[in-house]
Amino acid sequence: MRAVCWHGKQDVRVDDVPDPAILNPRDAIIRITTTAICGSDLHLYDGLIPTMEAGDVLGHEFMGEIVETGREVKNLRKGDRVVVPFTISCGKCFFCQRQLWSLCDNTNPNARKSEMLTGYPTAGLFGYSHLYGGYAGGQAEFARVPFADVGALKIPEGLPDEKVLFLSDIFPTGYMAAENCGIQPGDTVGVWGCGPVGQFAIRSAFLLGAERVIAIDSVPERLEMAKQAGAVTLAGNGDTFDRIKELTGGMGPDSCIDAVGMESHGATLAARYDRAKQAVRLATDRPHVLREAIHACRKGGTVSVPGVYAGFLDKFPFGVAFAKGLTLKMGQTHVPKYMPPLLEKIQRGDIDPSFIITHRLQLDDAPEGYEAFLNKRDNCVKVVLKP
Amino acid sequence: MRTLETQQVRPSIPSGKGIKIERAITVGLPAPEVYTFWRRLENLPRFLHHIESVTQTDDRHSHWEVKAPRGKVVKWDAEIIEERSNEMFSWRSLPGSDVDNAGSVWFIPAPGGRGTVVKISLKYAPPAGRLGAVVAKLWGRDAETEIAEDLYRFKSLLEAGEIPTTQGQPRAAEGGRR
Repeated sequence: MRAVCWHGKQDVRVDDVPDPAILNPRDAIIRITTTAICGSDLHLYDGLIPTMEAGDVLGHEFMGEIVETGREVKNLRKGDRVVVPFTISCGKCFFCQRQLWSLCDNTNPNARKSEMLTGYPTAGLFGYSHLYGGYAGGQAEFARVPFADVGALKIPEGLPDEKVLFLSDIFPTGYMAAENCGIQPGDTVGVWGCGPVGQFAIRSAFLLGAERVIAIDSVPERLEMAKQAGAVTLAGNGDTFDRIKELTGGMGPDSCIDAVGMESHGATLAARYDRAKQAVRLATDRPHVLREAIHACRKGGTVSVPGVYAGFLDKFPFGVAFAKGLTLKMGQTHVPKYMPPLLEKIQRGDIDPSFIITHRLQLDDAPEGYEAFLNKRDNCVKVVLKP
Repeated sequence: MRTLETQQVRPSIPSGKGIKIERAITVGLPAPEVYTFWRRLENLPRFLHHIESVTQTDDRHSHWEVKAPRGKVVKWDAEIIEERSNEMFSWRSLPGSDVDNAGSVWFIPAPGGRGTVVKISLKYAPPAGRLGAVVAKLWGRDAETEIAEDLYRFKSLLEAGEIPTTQGQPRAAEGGRR
């Protein structure tokens, strides 16, 4: 089959690879009908996530049709249309039972390696490095879905792929980011980063009752998209603190979402310093946005972090967070917790996630898709791929 | 509950000798279930990845085999020297073993009804000579890592019904092909 494979920094290729096969009783094989490039794939593309290996199949946002099931998969059958969460979860362990699906104990074949880094192993993820299990991803014609009986969500007839594909990651990720804010009536939520996760966080914050959302980015078309959702927009590059303070009557947003993560840009001196340190591997992550979110958040507020961080942060203003009594919430999304209720919202017409798509490409054009997305070329916000 | 005679047993590894490893993991099932699975020694090759086979010859005795490179087989006989049903057992290898080893496994109810803490404590003495080199190659990486991985596999097998794997999944050949 054809699959998008990682070969190194800014080097992805569409290769011929063997078709996937059932390896375990709870596996299923799906024929992929639509897949997408995620903003977090760009961290892989930029070579900033450790333990990628040349030849790894990329992709963790995908859906398709079941073509084969392992003997323990009783709830799915050939022909079912499913969306697959990017987190792989067993459904049985302490963490799955408590809806902490991305922290599953039993799905990371490299549990020991993961433990060496984090103290305790985290769940396997599709196409997201060997620390996260080394699972082949779904930017391909077919994919093996481990633990398909708890992961894969059946999609009712009549809903097109583009409306439901993003249940695999970015919609639940934006939603969990907003939910983690504990939004109360009257709240103002600041959202840094108006890429796909930021866009879903903005809309989710409104769905959860926020009175006002302040959206911050430096890319005009992304701000325009945020405005369409009803957000107040701020064009900025790490220099928005004063304007946020003014906009919130000197109080600060009740909660702040960092939907950027480890590769924030920023135009300030500190941001340039971050870039230099990251380039020479003195620091792994550029936490520019996170610093500003902590600085801008009101006293006693919440900073919610859906943006991916991978390692060590320099000049993390922990004292500021402490002095203001902030709550910090973060982590990989517990996708299966959010899939059914968000599917319902899509069915009810509360939201149509396909608004985010700007580029539709063939799978074979994935390398151009990565390049366009990375450079935000041609107003690129979200790329979907058709195998 | 029963305790087998433990007096006057010659330890298979004298104190102060050999490599000792201790490690614990919590398995989300009741102790009797976890104990029963482990105590059926034929189950062990399913999660101890170096062990090729374990044959129980009687209630207390078993024969262990490890496949080594170049068709070699490393083997030993073991005996259960103490056993408390659903709680713990101890073993030691018998004279004439390729790898002397001994240890105990405890099955302790976890606090808060979270299942069972499985705690393993074992010691092994790598043999000298050519056989020693074979064993060193097998357990070479780091024995603690081996046991840690085995325990993760055990937990997944019991809780999730299978051991997660990526062996045999697609990837691009070296250098890729367009």
